[in-house]
Amino acid sequence: MTMEQKVKMIEVRDVQFVYPGNNENESVNALSGVNFHIDKGEFVGIIGHNGSGKSTLSKLLNAIIFPTKGDVIVNGLNTKDHEHLWDIRQTAGMVFQNPDNQLVATIVEDDVAFGPENLGVPSLEIRERVDRALATVEMQAYAHQKPHQLSGGQKQRVAIAGILAMEPECIIFDEPTAMLDPSGRREVMETIKKLNRDKNMTVIHITHYMSEIINADRIIVLDQGKIVMEGSPESIFKNVRALKKIGLDVPQMTELAYELRNAGMDIRDNILSIDEMVDALCR
Amino acid sequence: MLKDVTIGQFYPTGSVIHKLDPRTKLLFTTAYIVMLFCINNLWGYLATFLVLVVVTLISKIPVGYIIRGIKGLVLIILLTVTLNLFMTPGNVIASLGPFNITLEGLKIATFMALRLIFLIVGTSIMTLTTSPLDLTDGMEWCMRFIPFVRRYAHELSMMMSIALRFIPTLMEETDRIMKAQKARGANFETGNIISRAKNLIPILIPLFISAFRRADELATAMEARCYRGGENRTRMNQLIFENRDRVSFVLMFMMIGGLILTTMIKMPLIFPI
Ligand SMILES: Nc1ncnc2c1ncn2[C@@H]1O[C@H](COP(=O)(O)OP(=O)(O)OP(=O)(O)O)[C@@H](O)[C@H]1O
Ligand SMILES: [Mg+2]
Repeated sequence: MTMEQKVKMIEVRDVQFVYPGNNENESVNALSGVNFHIDKGEFVGIIGHNGSGKSTLSKLLNAIIFPTKGDVIVNGLNTKDHEHLWDIRQTAGMVFQNPDNQLVATIVEDDVAFGPENLGVPSLEIRERVDRALATVEMQAYAHQKPHQLSGGQKQRVAIAGILAMEPECIIFDEPTAMLDPSGRREVMETIKKLNRDKNMTVIHITHYMSEIINADRIIVLDQGKIVMEGSPESIFKNVRALKKIGLDVPQMTELAYELRNAGMDIRDNILSIDEMVDALCR
Repeated sequence: MLKDVTIGQFYPTGSVIHKLDPRTKLLFTTAYIVMLFCINNLWGYLATFLVLVVVTLISKIPVGYIIRGIKGLVLIILLTVTLNLFMTPGNVIASLGPFNITLEGLKIATFMALRLIFLIVGTSIMTLTTSPLDLTDGMEWCMRFIPFVRRYAHELSMMMSIALRFIPTLMEETDRIMKAQKARGANFETGNIISRAKNLIPILIPLFISAFRRADELATAMEARCYRGGENRTRMNQLIFENRDRVSFVLMFMMIGGLILTTMIKMPLIFPI
């Protein structure tokens, strides 16, 4: 497939977003001059310091808020066209940070059914979709449990199932692992990666944890409402100094390689994982 | 005492009564409550008692569990009984200082006590046998037939189910905040009522702030999942009347008929008037 043939899932064109305040001084310019696109089937990581505009960007992609300037196009539909609002929200699903505050129903399977019920899907089909979605996130065994009895990672997987049941083409994850313990984080990351790999779902993953996106197709770095870097994980992470300057961490091994180079050792600067490090050192 | 109130709790046993459509149970209970206030002699209460015994046996709910529900409300019952006993004018049969007990008073007090007890037992059997979720669904359906309320049927039931979803979450949160404040030296156990109430403020304020933040995030998440009110919304689990519901309706009409018959019985049971 050549570049031209790739189908665009999301296009963000010169977007600015201002949170209006009571007066000029209070309004916050959360994003400005943001330009990028995401292809179908891509796994894109978005990183940035606290307050850099990541959540604002994610809400723009799902038509929860609308750009002050510029356009957001989801699957060919402009989020400004209010008649397509529901199509857009169905196409680009969204999973939030706090697993408690996105589950609506008192029973797991009813929660997963919430989305398709809103879309007016016939009862029997909802049943099938719910079973399929719970199977995908490996939560069938908990279908009749109450959400508050689940662990954080399990709740987050239920939230993912709730989005899958709406049959989106793209899912935006806004720091879905931020409130989880390491094992919950692993469960959720495995689920997300599986969706991208096996179901060819377009994934936009916003996170603070660099280790979660070292295998991404592309990484976008936000700082103070602007895109400051964009490219493959290797090309992003090797800019150790620049990343540290905007308050971001670098994967451990990349940082080690960076320090080794500084100390005069001849080693690649785009090492991401322990395996690569071992290879490079034992060469 | 609060722990004793069994109204509103769910006690799954998988009995036929549990499996009934929530709408059937709601209608049955409504008819039952209306009947309770139409009964005018003890024969009727005897019949109601029999109905309750049979329903309880079928539902497989331990009798002790149901009786505990009465215990929680024993104060209200006592108060009603005392008031009626002493405040009703009529034939004086005994006096306690300045207070007179009349035959009419005794009769009304007995009836009130029975009514309240049967009311509590009847409604708690309904809630004990129906999951809150089914109950909300059933209520949404029933509300569609009430003018004025009809327009808000979906919203009201959505609010109820969200409340049910978040009660445990907020309870956990209260517990956490309480522990955090205790660790900072707050004291919730001692002092008079006023100082205890004041001590609750450091719990309530963080709890409210967090509840509002949750509400805001939940609303965003619901919108992101295409929630737009009750219009054109479908349901995964639709309520369907089964044969057992039809049988219940027949039984319900028989109960109503039977109770109407008891109001016509002229033979006195205990009370000579
Ligand atoms: N509802 C709001 N009203 C006003 N300003 C807001 C609002 N939400 C966010 N902001 C501001 O917009 C900027 C970007 O916020 P945003 O939440 O998008 O950042 P973020 O990258 O998601 O941060 P975090 O890592 O903490 O989640 C911040 O300066 C923030 O203070
Ligand atoms: Mg954020």
